[in-house]
Amino acid sequence: MLTIDQLTKTYTAGDTALREVTFRVPRGQVVGLIGPSGAGKSTLIRCINRLVEPSSGTIRLGETDLVNLGTRELRQARRRIGMIFQEYALVERLTVMENVLSGRLGYVPFWRSFTRRFPGRDIENAYRLLDRVGLLEHADKRADALSGGQRQRVGIARALAQEPELLLVDEPTASLDPKTSRLIMRLITEICAERQLPAIVNIHDVPLAQQFVDRLVGLRAGRVVFDNAPGRLDEAMLTEIYGAEDWTATDQDDDDPDPDDKAQGRLRLVGTAT
Amino acid sequence: MTASASYPRRWRRPPQLVTTRRWRLMLPVLVLAYLILAVGSLEIDVGRVVEGLSRGARFVQGFLQPDFVSRWQDIRQGLIESLTMTLTATVVGVLVSVPIGIGAARNLSPRPVYLVCRSIVAVSRSLQEIIIAIFLVAMFGFGPFAGFLTLAFATIGFVAKLLADDIEEASASQIEAIRATGAGWSQLVHYAVQPQVMPRLIGLSLYRLDINFRESAVIGIVGAGGIGATLNTAIDRYEYDSAGAILLLVIAIVMLSEYASSHLRKTLQ
Repeated sequence: MLTIDQLTKTYTAGDTALREVTFRVPRGQVVGLIGPSGAGKSTLIRCINRLVEPSSGTIRLGETDLVNLGTRELRQARRRIGMIFQEYALVERLTVMENVLSGRLGYVPFWRSFTRRFPGRDIENAYRLLDRVGLLEHADKRADALSGGQRQRVGIARALAQEPELLLVDEPTASLDPKTSRLIMRLITEICAERQLPAIVNIHDVPLAQQFVDRLVGLRAGRVVFDNAPGRLDEAMLTEIYGAEDWTATDQDDDDPDPDDKAQGRLRLVGTAT
Repeated sequence: MTASASYPRRWRRPPQLVTTRRWRLMLPVLVLAYLILAVGSLEIDVGRVVEGLSRGARFVQGFLQPDFVSRWQDIRQGLIESLTMTLTATVVGVLVSVPIGIGAARNLSPRPVYLVCRSIVAVSRSLQEIIIAIFLVAMFGFGPFAGFLTLAFATIGFVAKLLADDIEEASASQIEAIRATGAGWSQLVHYAVQPQVMPRLIGLSLYRLDINFRESAVIGIVGAGGIGATLNTAIDRYEYDSAGAILLLVIAIVMLSEYASSHLRKTLQ
């Protein structure tokens, strides 16, 4: 269980990225985090594993207060939090296997990682994960030899190799085609269900989010303005989060749709959530 | 769009560097005036040029009849000394450069370490090899040891700076991803940074090997041993044919090593 309470982040330049963000994520729940660019989605998930230092507020993972950890405890806390990145963030010149095993770096001493002598259990688990994401035969390829969707699956395997208690997912589908995006979202939600793993997924694509996540949190200018089931996200809420725009016109170039079209568009938007 | 609106048919790129019109006209005039005055102060003496050309002709004649034989013992010893100096200095220099380069990368090192390492790099780069060689020869006496130290020192400035710049340009997202796994600092360097900069580090080291060989011929002239010392002696004795032979050998070795290192770098990418 992740509990975020009154989290505020002000960058040194004076921009406030997050204002008193408060919510909790129970076991096994996949939360989609939506909001316009610059709303603080990235900052929020990076505050949780302290890639960005929060200014005030508390973040608790289980019993651990993540905000007040020393360097050593922070490393130990980070290995409990798996992260999946936009553009995959694999180390491209390393093999797929090395990328997956790098999820174990927080658990093994330097000499083991330096000589690539990871414990047998870690290696076995890495193979199991590669099999789970369907890349078993690619284990010895270099990461830059894979396609985008395959790379993101390696990213997922790396995060899971940490045996995390929480998944942070930053725009997992930003550079993938629509079909691969769905496959990746499905894989992430399936894995979270299998392992009862809570997850926070930053995502731009609202219909895709509605299709896959259990709950949506909407951020606008660093504030939570929506926190509910995906089916409850209506046009008024979208306007609240993203600002005024004709939300039904996504599939049409028509400048001035008549009211019938509008009603249909809303149906389609909400319909994807079921 | 209204029918009455008319748009210009001409477009010129607005001036980018000097925006005021007056300065745009003045600057070329000022530069030209300075150039004329500067050339005037050079004291170009046609007589000396002619004299120099005839001396140059004797050099060229020496080159055309290079004499590898009569001073072969000296040349051989000079070459071996130079090659030894080059290789040892490059290896030691690169080994020392790696920690300094990591320390001089802003994205990996705390501010005090960064400043210290950048200062070491700055000192090493600001002193030309010949100046360092003169100091070190004065300190440790004539011979290849001073040359070895000179080249190693110069290598540190070169490799550490370029390595540090390369580390700073390494993909931040890959570093962030490894950091997010709970990896320690040394694991971060080894897993996220090293794979990204290794090909370039190898390329730089091979390139520096080339440079060091060339420099070893130069610093020999101020007493730091190697083929440069042999070359200097040959010129002092007016043995332009032996000097020609030495220069041809240096050129051949530089070309060979350049070809070999560029070939190696290509296969490493």
